[in-house]
Amino acid sequence: MYDFTRRTLIKGGTAIAAAGALTGPALLEWAKAWAQTAPWKPEKDAKLTVMRWKRFVPAEDEAFMTMVDAFKKANGVDVNVFSESFEDLQPKASVSANTGQGPDLAWGLHSLPQLFPDKVVDLTDVADYLGKKYGGWTSAAQATCTQGNKWLGIPVATVGGYLNYRISAVQKAGFKEIPKDFPGFLELCKALKTNNTPSGFALGHASGDANAWLHWILWGHGAYLVDKDDKVIINSPETVKALEYCKALSDTFVSGTGSWNDSSNNKAFLSGELYLTNNGISIYVAAKGDPSKKEIAEDMDHALYPIGPVGKPSELQLCVPILAFKYSKYPNAAKAFIAFMLEKPNFDPWLIGSKGYLTHCLNAYDANPVWTSDPKNTVFGQASKRSLPASGIGHPGERAAAAIADFLVVDMFANYCLGREDAKGAMAICERQAKRLYRA
Amino acid sequence: MTDLALQRASLKPTSHEITIWERLKVNRDWLGFWFMLPTGAFLIFFLAYPLGLGVWMSFTDARIGRSGVFIGLENYEWLGDDSIFWLSVFNTLLYTFVASIFKFAIGLYLAILLNENLPFKAMIRAMVLIPFIVPTVLSALAFWWIFDSQFSIISWSLRQIGLIDHNINFLGDANWARFSVIFANIWRGIPFVAITLLAGLQTVSPSLYEAATIDGASRWQMFRSITFPLLTPIIAVVMTFSVLFTFTDFQLIWAMTRGGPVNATHLMATLSYQRAILSGFLGEGAAISTAMIPFLLAAIMVSWFGLQRRKWQQGESND
Repeated sequence: MYDFTRRTLIKGGTAIAAAGALTGPALLEWAKAWAQTAPWKPEKDAKLTVMRWKRFVPAEDEAFMTMVDAFKKANGVDVNVFSESFEDLQPKASVSANTGQGPDLAWGLHSLPQLFPDKVVDLTDVADYLGKKYGGWTSAAQATCTQGNKWLGIPVATVGGYLNYRISAVQKAGFKEIPKDFPGFLELCKALKTNNTPSGFALGHASGDANAWLHWILWGHGAYLVDKDDKVIINSPETVKALEYCKALSDTFVSGTGSWNDSSNNKAFLSGELYLTNNGISIYVAAKGDPSKKEIAEDMDHALYPIGPVGKPSELQLCVPILAFKYSKYPNAAKAFIAFMLEKPNFDPWLIGSKGYLTHCLNAYDANPVWTSDPKNTVFGQASKRSLPASGIGHPGERAAAAIADFLVVDMFANYCLGREDAKGAMAICERQAKRLYRA
Repeated sequence: MTDLALQRASLKPTSHEITIWERLKVNRDWLGFWFMLPTGAFLIFFLAYPLGLGVWMSFTDARIGRSGVFIGLENYEWLGDDSIFWLSVFNTLLYTFVASIFKFAIGLYLAILLNENLPFKAMIRAMVLIPFIVPTVLSALAFWWIFDSQFSIISWSLRQIGLIDHNINFLGDANWARFSVIFANIWRGIPFVAITLLAGLQTVSPSLYEAATIDGASRWQMFRSITFPLLTPIIAVVMTFSVLFTFTDFQLIWAMTRGGPVNATHLMATLSYQRAILSGFLGEGAAISTAMIPFLLAAIMVSWFGLQRRKWQQGESND
């Protein structure tokens, strides 16, 4: 374990030092002191099993495991972590919730705790404790995890996605930076196409990328799948405007975006065929880590999604909340673990280790050095603040999650942009599917 | 309890009445039943029960991890009016029909070719099996790259030659995407058809060909009147299997297109998975799967009744 922390220390280098983070024995000392004063005393001989999503970056996983290790030693709790792919996580958690068997804690996606609100431990005390200590929660994170005033889960972080672009291409197109409004953004994409340095955004069944940018366009025009009472309202003049805007945009794309999945834009961008797209920080991290892609890493930057006619940020970012199952025999150990994860000495190095993949939902972590150590990371620090819940203005929960998994909005835009349906037809199909999911 | 057991044990040897159970244990007519029991139990637990459960689920509003309540035909009513579902039915039929025809034609051709005396016969025959041996997901990934919108080797080659000036949108255009997945399926399915038909060809007695040669039959006549009729039972079996595999294909589509672009390659199996597992609506996914049963049943019936007929079995005109 020592070897491990030393390695992380060297890797994280100056950033960790800047954060004043504790490492090795110092971290353990702190953890022990924390265990003495924490409001939650783990049960005797407690054993926790944690199910989490599969990591993107090794450094994030290492930081997570360092923290788990410190928790184990300081609290005398045995913690066992296993990971599942994004797609398998939700089904497994649902089965656990309803059979009463499986992991004690599940760290999942979107509004996972909302899928089985009566099967999870009430974490309001943990949320209050952390919220008070660290400057409060961001609103999307809170909406995603609460039912009334009750916290069903704790929003650990957001996996942010933003615009990725090649600086030289945007400049050549006559823009100093990415425009901040929709018409300007369209002009940029047109100019990029003219210069043969095209943009491209996934119109295929790409759960992450396609859902993210198409919801941004939809919400940016003030159109939503359902209203606040979960009534289907997709068939609206605003949606038509969103469709038309999206069509104009898609006409400027590199060819083949209709077949793109979540990795297609990464490949195309890194090979120098794509000059503007939406993605997590993974393209940049990959380019930085590969000496042969040095040129791309230097020439690329990130930008916030422009603001649509609705006049405020309309982003869909992926929240990753953690929850504790009611059937767990060790609810106090589980609460202690969750609180421990988000304490500064743990969370700071963890954010640094995740290299910008994970964005905090607790406002105090705005000060984390990962957002300033490399200016190209900075925009990702705002992902939690600028996001709407995955349900838009409707209720977060099972139906909203299903609508995203079933590509309702993605297919509507793709139907129109690829010329398979007119606006009316595309909306009608989407409306019909939404009514299917939202039927009483 | 022990007393009772002891009592029974001590009673048994003295009783000379033969119980039904004892009779069944040794009865020859029942012997076959006993031998079939393990298989029967296996089939019931691992095939009939899941199938029955699936059908039952299609009448409920079950979600993942939560058993639903009975809602009658509601899932089917929603599907009946669902354009995406009907698109998937159309795609599945098109996919199965086109792929099966090509697999049969090319497979048969290949089988006849391999039945000739070729140098390195054994090696060539083994090589033909390669597409079948490679795990489907791996070959699907390879095809995904081959048909990639930016990095397709086909587009690249044609561009180098100068035949086209932009990449072919293989998986992003509805018709191209259908072509691509069908092509991949054919590539993968041919060895099964070819090797099985080859096995069938080897059972055809050479004396028949010798006799035909003496009668002055042309090669086409020999194929038409000897090879093909004698091969029909095997063709019936092979094509039934081939149709079943194609109809229920999942991996190829999932790895290559995920049903895109805009559901143009969604098969019933992939749509069922997307709705049942990814969206969590198990009942509806089960209804889509159940809707596949009539089609599969029809395919099985064709071969079942075909196999019953002497005409099919022996290539004669008497039924």
